[in-house]
Amino acid sequence: MFGLGLLSGLLIVPLCGAAFILTLSGDEKAVAKNARWAALATTVVTFLLSLVAWNRYDATSASFQLVESHAWLAETIRFKLGVDGFSMPLVLLTTFLMPFCIGASWHSIETRVKEYFIAFLVLETTMIGVFQALDLVLFYLFFEAGLIPMFLIIGIWGGKRRIYASFKFFLYTLLGSVLMLLAIMAMYWQAGTTDIPTLLQTRFPVGMQWWLWLAFFASFAVKMPMWPVHTWLPDAHVEAPTAGSVILAGILLKMGGYGFIRISLPMLPDASHTFAPLVFALSVIAIIFTSLTALMQTDIKKLIAYSSVAHMGFVTLGLFTLNEQGIQGALFLMISHGIVSGALFLGVGVVYDRMHTREIAAYGGLVKRMPLYAVAMMVFTMANVGLPGTSGFVGEFLAMMGAFKANPTVAFFSVFGIILSAGYALWLYARVIYGRLEKPNLQGILDLDNREKLILAPLVALTIYYGVHPAPILDVFAPSTEALMTSMKAALSNTQTAAAALPLAR
Amino acid sequence: MYHAIVFFPLIGALIAGLFGRFLGARVCEYVTTACLAFSALLSWGVFIEGDHATRVQVATWFTAGDLTVDWAFRIDTLTRVMLVVVTTVSTLVHLYSVGYLEEDPHRPRFFAYLSLFTFAMLMLVTADNLVQMFFGWEGVGLASYLLIGFWYEKPSANAAAMKAFIVNRVGDFGFSLGIFLVFVLFGSVAFDGIFPRVNELKDAHFHFLGQDWHALTLTCLLLFMGAMGKSAQFLLHTWLPDAMEGPTPVSALIHAATMVTAGVFMVARLSPLFELAPDALVFVTVIGGITAFFAATVGLVQNDIKRVIAYSTCSQLGYMFVALGVGAYSAGIFHLFTHAFFKALLFLGAGSVIHAMHHEQDMRNMGSLRRYIPFTTAMMAIGTLALIGFPFTAGYYSKDAIIEAAYASTRPGHTLAFLATVIAAFFTSFYSWRLFFLTFEGPARWGAHAHHDDHAAPAVAHASAAHEADGAPGHTEGVAHDDRGHDVEPAHRSDLVADDHHGHGHHGDHTPHESPLVMTIPLGVLAFGALFAGLIFKDRFIGEGMEAFWGHALAHGPDNHIMHDIHHVPALVSYAPFIMLVLGFVLAFVMYIRRPKLPAELAAQQPVLYRFLLNKWYVDELYDRIFVRPAKDFGLFLWKQVDGRAIDGAGPDGIAARVVDVTRGVVRFQTGYVYHYAFVMLIGVAGILSWYLMAGLPKPGGH
Repeated sequence: MFGLGLLSGLLIVPLCGAAFILTLSGDEKAVAKNARWAALATTVVTFLLSLVAWNRYDATSASFQLVESHAWLAETIRFKLGVDGFSMPLVLLTTFLMPFCIGASWHSIETRVKEYFIAFLVLETTMIGVFQALDLVLFYLFFEAGLIPMFLIIGIWGGKRRIYASFKFFLYTLLGSVLMLLAIMAMYWQAGTTDIPTLLQTRFPVGMQWWLWLAFFASFAVKMPMWPVHTWLPDAHVEAPTAGSVILAGILLKMGGYGFIRISLPMLPDASHTFAPLVFALSVIAIIFTSLTALMQTDIKKLIAYSSVAHMGFVTLGLFTLNEQGIQGALFLMISHGIVSGALFLGVGVVYDRMHTREIAAYGGLVKRMPLYAVAMMVFTMANVGLPGTSGFVGEFLAMMGAFKANPTVAFFSVFGIILSAGYALWLYARVIYGRLEKPNLQGILDLDNREKLILAPLVALTIYYGVHPAPILDVFAPSTEALMTSMKAALSNTQTAAAALPLAR
Repeated sequence: MYHAIVFFPLIGALIAGLFGRFLGARVCEYVTTACLAFSALLSWGVFIEGDHATRVQVATWFTAGDLTVDWAFRIDTLTRVMLVVVTTVSTLVHLYSVGYLEEDPHRPRFFAYLSLFTFAMLMLVTADNLVQMFFGWEGVGLASYLLIGFWYEKPSANAAAMKAFIVNRVGDFGFSLGIFLVFVLFGSVAFDGIFPRVNELKDAHFHFLGQDWHALTLTCLLLFMGAMGKSAQFLLHTWLPDAMEGPTPVSALIHAATMVTAGVFMVARLSPLFELAPDALVFVTVIGGITAFFAATVGLVQNDIKRVIAYSTCSQLGYMFVALGVGAYSAGIFHLFTHAFFKALLFLGAGSVIHAMHHEQDMRNMGSLRRYIPFTTAMMAIGTLALIGFPFTAGYYSKDAIIEAAYASTRPGHTLAFLATVIAAFFTSFYSWRLFFLTFEGPARWGAHAHHDDHAAPAVAHASAAHEADGAPGHTEGVAHDDRGHDVEPAHRSDLVADDHHGHGHHGDHTPHESPLVMTIPLGVLAFGALFAGLIFKDRFIGEGMEAFWGHALAHGPDNHIMHDIHHVPALVSYAPFIMLVLGFVLAFVMYIRRPKLPAELAAQQPVLYRFLLNKWYVDELYDRIFVRPAKDFGLFLWKQVDGRAIDGAGPDGIAARVVDVTRGVVRFQTGYVYHYAFVMLIGVAGILSWYLMAGLPKPGGH
């Protein structure tokens, strides 16, 4: 296709869709309708295209595949794309979730429909770009560019306090990103290139690694988000429209984790090893503190947002255990959380569209009128709690197991998360779904319509399927994780030998 | 074959759950019950055949690094015993529920849950590795949660369901850590990878939470924490009495016969580990003894018929753990086996009583029912005899073996366990006969004059009234007609139509009626088991044929001769349970038949003790104070103060506010937000850059 590969295609298709929607004009209603269908068609095509890429991908290999490289800024800074075991599942997750987001926005967005879908399609391109980029500058470009459409989505189509939330979101993430840019520049000065495969082979001096690691950490920690830089997330979630929340929880939060596994761990192994205790501490605090905070929320979306922070605590915990179980668990949890938290926000959207409130106290007894909805939410709640047999279990369990191998004390504290998550998730379910249907304005509430069934059913199926048979995703991580472990072990033992040899040399 | 046993209930659950609304309730009942009956038939076949131990691989669940977790069945005698118990009781409970829930509009859902539970329980008992066991473990927890909260409109049922799940999660906290530790020690979570290697790690140590532990002891203690949660042992028992909020067939199946014995099963399954962790076994013994005693004391004064049996279950589980703790694994499992029959019988019998009394559960409002429901009375009598261990009934063999084992043991803690179990035997006899006399004998304390319109009152009032009534100083047992503090099964309230039909119809003119055949047949089958299961199986489980029967399913250390020693205990010890049984009967007879005023007088004389027992040693209140409320307060503090004030205050909001101040002062005409933030960014960039430059980039190696 014009000398471009499959991965470029994944970036271009959403942009083409956006361009097409941009050209729509005429009667407002007709434009809105066409924009919806065009957006849906575009995201579906993108998803199918990603399935083609998935089909061509060799899951047994740890190397970058479907690589394409085009001239760009300079010979050392190229437009280079490729996927490996870490990024392929995330690309699929992104393209998979997008049609659901479009579907969830079908009726709930009524103003500036055209612009809304354009923003979403541009956002899709940037998200896919982050996971596919094989050049740090390109990575940074997509990483930052994604902020803009998200900023607009929250700021224009959000709730009452959308301005505050969108700026808080912007401020936080941008501040972190600035430091990342500095780190990328430093790496360029040191290695002479921003090519990721080359940088993966480059050994940065230990002292420099520390600074680089901290700079990247500033950016990724905000994106994760890790405690204590998480406070933008609840606000952003609460104010964002449903689809915005789905993308935020499902994909944007995964960029931090992806950054750690793509850059921090393999390129800066010594610093990662050194700073692992810091990450452990923050992760455990996140798991316990934000779970407790979630317990007391009165807003459904805020509760789920806090629970996302807690789950991301398991991800960072798993990544920095530096063993197979921990890392693969963390990666699997990223995918699983993308599906489950996305589904939970879609579920909240269902009742929000009907009642226009997110207050827990405004609901109660929904199961009586909405049995199908109650079943779907039960599955997602149980996955959020990490019940074995749902996808939520595998990742959490492996991450904690890895943590126990690396540091039993840390694992001990992290396991409190499974008690607390049961507490807040079941309490939410009991208050919203169970009980007597007494509120007068809920008496006429309707169960899922066909569009909503179509949206929630595949997510229910996947949640259970990946809980019983996680291999299709988990095994994709394995070769890349193994390669990462080998290179990290070699790097760490080198450093240790050098350190051990030092006294002798003196 | 094993596939069929395990997966047929799942198929039944899926059919009822997914297509229930199209098929109708009746079809769902038939399908699930038939699936279960088929599964039970196969289980008995497997049990009687008694083949050698095998392993059946189903699929691989997940792998990560050197960790491999399979879906696989481990079939040995222990599993076969559990298969028989689970599928038999489950089939009977399915059948019974057809009659019991006849008026409930949500029957497809109920039967789907029941079958789902059975599937999860079968996965648990056939597990070939700890993670699959954990799957079943949590799966039965989910089913229990769903079934306790089956009447979702009742706030107390919802609270009880949540409590059950969360308290079990506290146990799972230990279970998970135990699995992790097993993996770190053995490099495997499969039993085949663990058991052959236990001797290598006999003396291993593990550093955990700043202390050096004997590795296997720590493993066993952590895993046992899971067992304590699931089997409602002292400290983690609080959920079980509340679980009685669920429909009575659920109490019989899940909260008496099967799920709560999962902890016992787990310890028996892991006996090769526990045998090498003597300190952990002492802990098991002590906890078992305390639970047996504690729960029996609380059972003495409860007024709700189901709660008495619930505490009895809790107490009997304590017996089982005592047996395991002193190394008499086979006696523990034997008691599990016999207990399943007579406790399911008692619960289903109680359900029949409740059914007859139109969902009345307070024994103070019963009495004299023998004349109205003679069959149920007979069945309850059989259950009671088996529970208290009347000679030659099922409970007689298993319970006596446990008490004798507690005496014969030489391990620390056995004396306490022996005394606790003997005293508990006395209490058991007393509360069992108290239940029997209050329900079936004496004057009728029901009827038009005694019936208030409490069925129409909101369920909230019931829950709160229960607490007020329990704490009210002037309140003593026996005078209860103005008291609405009892649980009511709102089967008739789940639907408006049913409400009309049932809500106003039965006041005054309804006399108690015997249950339909579909409910009495299961009672009869269980009664047969309660009478003869001990006699038939005692040789195989704990007698001569023991070794051939168990094979290698249960491990016994080289010094563990407990099953031989129990034949050499003094005669007085052998008679002790029977003496206690008689004493308990006599006391109950005097207090509830001869001098019915005596209980009230006693309660008035000892108000502190009475209320202490009535309020279950105040454990719930204590937990509320030290765990629940602080967690909520701390959560609120974290949200409002830490996130809201400290982080946001010092971070984004604070900076934004300062920047606004600064820009107002310096450049008054710039008020756009973006400028503020750009300014912050610039300051940040400048600051970092200067720091960078001043510190200088550290050079390679640095030395």
